[in-house]
Amino acid sequence: MTTVAATIGTTDTHCPYCALQCGMRLTGTVVAPRDFPTNRGGLCQKGWTAATLLDSPSRLTTPLVRVDGELRPASWDRALDLVANRIIDLQAGHGRDAVAVFGGGGLTNEKAYLLGKFARVALGTSQIDYNGRFCMSSAAAAGTRAFGMDRGLPFPVEDLRNANAVLLVGGNPAETMPPFVQHLRGAELIVVDPRRSATAELATLHLQPAPGTDLALALGILHAVVADGHLRHDYLATRTTGFDDVWRIAAAWWPERAERVTGVAAADQRAAAAMLAAAGDAYVLTARGTEQHARGADMVSAWINLALALGLPGTPGSGFGCLTGQGNGQGGREHGQKADQLPGYRKLDDPAARAHVAAVWGVDPDDLPGPGRSAYELLDSAPKGLLVFGSNVVVSAPHASRIAARLSDVDLLVVADVVMSETAAIADVVLPVTQWAEEDGTMTNLEGRVLLRRKAVTAPAGVRTDLEVLRGLAFRLGQPEERFPVEAEQVFDELRLASAGGIADYAGVSYDRLRAGEALHWPVPSTDHPGTPRAFLDGFAFPDGRARFATVDHSGPAEPPDDEFPLQATTGRVLQHYQSGAQTRLVPELMAAVPELYVEVHPDTAARAGVVDGDLADVTSRRGTVRARVRCVPTIRVDLVFLPFHFPGDARANLLTNPALDPTSRMPEFKVCAVRLEATS
Amino acid sequence: MRRIVIVGYGMAGARLAEEIRRRDTENVAVTVLGAERHPAYNRILLSSVVGGGMTPEMVRLHDDDWAAKHDIDLRLGTAVTGVDRAARRVAVDDGSTVDYDALVLATGSRPWLPPTEGLVVDGVPAPGAVAFRTLDDCEQIVAASRPGAPVAVVGGGLLGLEAARGLASRGNLVTVVHPVGHLMERQLDRGAGAVLAARLATLGIEVRLNVKAARFVPGDGLKLDDGTHVPADLVVVSAGVLPETTLAQDAGLAVERGIVVDDLLRTNDPRVHAIGDCAQHPGTISGLVQPAWEQAAVLADLLTGARPAARYRGTPVVTRLKAKDVDLAALGDVHADVDSPDAEVLCLSDPAGGRYAKLVLRDDRVSGAILLGAPDAAAAITQLYDRGIPAPSDRLALLLGRALPPGASAAHSPADLPAATTVCRCNTVSKSQLVKAWRGGARGVAGLAQSTRATTGCGGCRDTVTAIADWLATADEGTA
Repeated sequence: MTTVAATIGTTDTHCPYCALQCGMRLTGTVVAPRDFPTNRGGLCQKGWTAATLLDSPSRLTTPLVRVDGELRPASWDRALDLVANRIIDLQAGHGRDAVAVFGGGGLTNEKAYLLGKFARVALGTSQIDYNGRFCMSSAAAAGTRAFGMDRGLPFPVEDLRNANAVLLVGGNPAETMPPFVQHLRGAELIVVDPRRSATAELATLHLQPAPGTDLALALGILHAVVADGHLRHDYLATRTTGFDDVWRIAAAWWPERAERVTGVAAADQRAAAAMLAAAGDAYVLTARGTEQHARGADMVSAWINLALALGLPGTPGSGFGCLTGQGNGQGGREHGQKADQLPGYRKLDDPAARAHVAAVWGVDPDDLPGPGRSAYELLDSAPKGLLVFGSNVVVSAPHASRIAARLSDVDLLVVADVVMSETAAIADVVLPVTQWAEEDGTMTNLEGRVLLRRKAVTAPAGVRTDLEVLRGLAFRLGQPEERFPVEAEQVFDELRLASAGGIADYAGVSYDRLRAGEALHWPVPSTDHPGTPRAFLDGFAFPDGRARFATVDHSGPAEPPDDEFPLQATTGRVLQHYQSGAQTRLVPELMAAVPELYVEVHPDTAARAGVVDGDLADVTSRRGTVRARVRCVPTIRVDLVFLPFHFPGDARANLLTNPALDPTSRMPEFKVCAVRLEATS
Repeated sequence: MRRIVIVGYGMAGARLAEEIRRRDTENVAVTVLGAERHPAYNRILLSSVVGGGMTPEMVRLHDDDWAAKHDIDLRLGTAVTGVDRAARRVAVDDGSTVDYDALVLATGSRPWLPPTEGLVVDGVPAPGAVAFRTLDDCEQIVAASRPGAPVAVVGGGLLGLEAARGLASRGNLVTVVHPVGHLMERQLDRGAGAVLAARLATLGIEVRLNVKAARFVPGDGLKLDDGTHVPADLVVVSAGVLPETTLAQDAGLAVERGIVVDDLLRTNDPRVHAIGDCAQHPGTISGLVQPAWEQAAVLADLLTGARPAARYRGTPVVTRLKAKDVDLAALGDVHADVDSPDAEVLCLSDPAGGRYAKLVLRDDRVSGAILLGAPDAAAAITQLYDRGIPAPSDRLALLLGRALPPGASAAHSPADLPAATTVCRCNTVSKSQLVKAWRGGARGVAGLAQSTRATTGCGGCRDTVTAIADWLATADEGTA
């Protein structure tokens, strides 16, 4: 069954993939790059081919209901009736929290907002979280702890062009958001990555720590900053609190000691400190490599401590930021699909926040549930009913085989998606929904800028928007229809009210302002407010206006290597695929470039396992085994292997990963686990 | 409540108290008895104090409120005079006593002072001479060494050289007097010692080898046993340390060089433990902080019951000189010769460049190394040594500190570039695809970009694509 996207005309829009939200122009299914500050007319291969899915034969166009073990086409009424009736039964028998919701960081602000409202008002469940927990949660926790506010980049991305030095920790934008690399060209670039990634190859200085030792490295560099006289005493005195306690920890991490733990030469730690200090205008940026750990929030705090010691955050021309991953990873974490949050980045356990949002929703604050479980814990709890929107957890959750088994215990698994993802394939009900170019909505990009993405093509017959799905279900669950609008602009106007006065204040952002091309970075508290492209220049978001150092120390990976599992595995992305690959694996051009799971290994490590470049090998952790094509890479450590996580079935890198969770952010330890490598028997 | 008494508030004792409180805040009482009046400080950073990079305040291990915050009974300026093991009680110099269920001796070490005439008076360095051991010593060194003044350092071991480097950074004229034929003879072979001495000379540090200081004349300097004279306003003594075992000996505990302990860090009295410089464990060389801290972690596991199976099995020793502009690491067995029959030994000496690299491998694993002026190699080889993982087969790359990048002899002309080379990563465009596009009529960078999308991502490949377009144009002219 082939569907043809109907052309509305030529529409300026944004790429559906990562948080860079590159500007593009869409005419039917023809993509052309468009000049926009984040991409300046550049597009990577994912962007160029993004429209392929608009008329892909793999597109879902009818609801599916599992009958006798098989997914069969059904009418929308039948599918929604069935879901609603089953929810009512499950909640009657097992309580409100028996039904859970799982969202995604690719959903528009309107969807994320309405999903949170749906869970808390229509379902009355506390059990809602989203895949951003696996993405930005450590950065968010550390940013909030240090600055009182979590905005990925608290400055426009183009500010980086004027920097003299940039320290990029655990990020590989040359593959994950290629056009971003343009902004780094003017600076001396220091890259921290256990692999010699495409980005590390661009660096002036590449620091290659053992996986899971980033915190010791940050402490070593901080020590060098102090010992070599680079500490910004004036900035510490006027803009921060808590340095003395952090120094007591960093004092014990002289660079030679940090070298022994991290493998990064003491001389390179000192060189990094000196380069950042000498630069004047400098930035420290983090990404998933340093965040996706069982101590990920502390790791980010350690890099923030370093940036503060150098006087960078909140200083014109300098700063600290983290690179958001998913398309709406920023907006998606602000408006209420997170277990502990309400719209506007409000805390669910704050009575004033509850009262404000309840008033907007027209409900009693006491009826709002409290905070629920985090993503992995929610999936692992095997709720009786689970509604998944915009996420493919069977591939993307850590310890994937366990999560798949837990989902098979769920009585009612409902998946709303564009294509038949691996999670949709095991669902009881699959709901086909519209995608980026087929609907209106806003996205908040990596720099906190709110973007309007307008409908560019007509959706295939048979699909509905997520907003329509939510209203259909809410109505069947006894909610007044007007409480769940289906027009994106109307939802957004409600979001503005709900976020007003919150940390992420969108009150002054309107579709009209966005249509007029205004660049609006939140907070935008009123319609005559110009937005906040650069946060923190006048002070940090605490009552005393000061940033807070966090007392964090190194403790190492949750699962150290041993005789049985002597290697460490780390996971990550390739340029051609996005997230679980559910979309990009359906694009023939991308599949032709990277068709299957591979494992990067040092040639000596391959030889010891009896395999050569191009062979298939088994990689095994305590949790599972994957079969992967061997790629010999002489620049990787002999005790490290790397696997991309975009592939399904027995090629899921997440069959290996360790679900040890960060105590603060509840981020799983995606980035390091102990494995062994063997020739395929 | 179980009473743990720690004798010594240095790097080992302070660390142990921290490690205990990290594991248990309720069920054990912790008393720390420190002989110095100072709060604990980080001895490792003393050369930075001498060098002027850090103030004494910055090298403190704890703030004043540390003990109160962590419910630790800390008594400074309190020397322990005796241990009654039968009564499980220690006596303190103010006449009081403290009862214990577990006693930990973390008494550290004291400097060994060589038998140089006039150097020692009443068991301590004479005026004009100072040991390099305590924060007081450092403050004395800083006070006594005016910039430009000559200073002699007695002892060319690790600490002596760190002190010498610190003094040279302050602008002192430094002479190191060492009684052995090469510097740091425990950690270095002769070749490395020679390169190190040459390196130090370039930093203004003179090294006198194979001579002893025979006589100290305050205000004048040292007479050496070869008859020569070293002028010095100040003499810094760093000739080695002795474990501080007097208390243990008096208490009848087994003492050899240090207080003998097993893998549970117990002395021959199971209620008495010892860690750090004063302890003697079979797998460990004392005098370094790393073993002391690892011992503190294990002992805290045992004393709190957090991990009863914890054992201390020794610490692989990696010696790392902390001296500005001198990057030196030494580990394991360094004395094997290049023609050694039972080991694979690589050695590279570059005296003019101040570099020396030696690698000793057994059974494919690093068993020893000296790396002077090779920081990348030092970091990588230390990781292999500590983790016990097989060394990469490209030994030369390992010794040099970095593998030559693949394709280091890379093509200088687009003609030499292999056809399958990815030119544009952002859009997965190979050289052969560009050539194909050219043959299909695409011309110039713009034409190639339109046809293949090369250069349309981050734009980093623009120069290469331009070169390929020029090369193709030239090739076309050639065949026209």
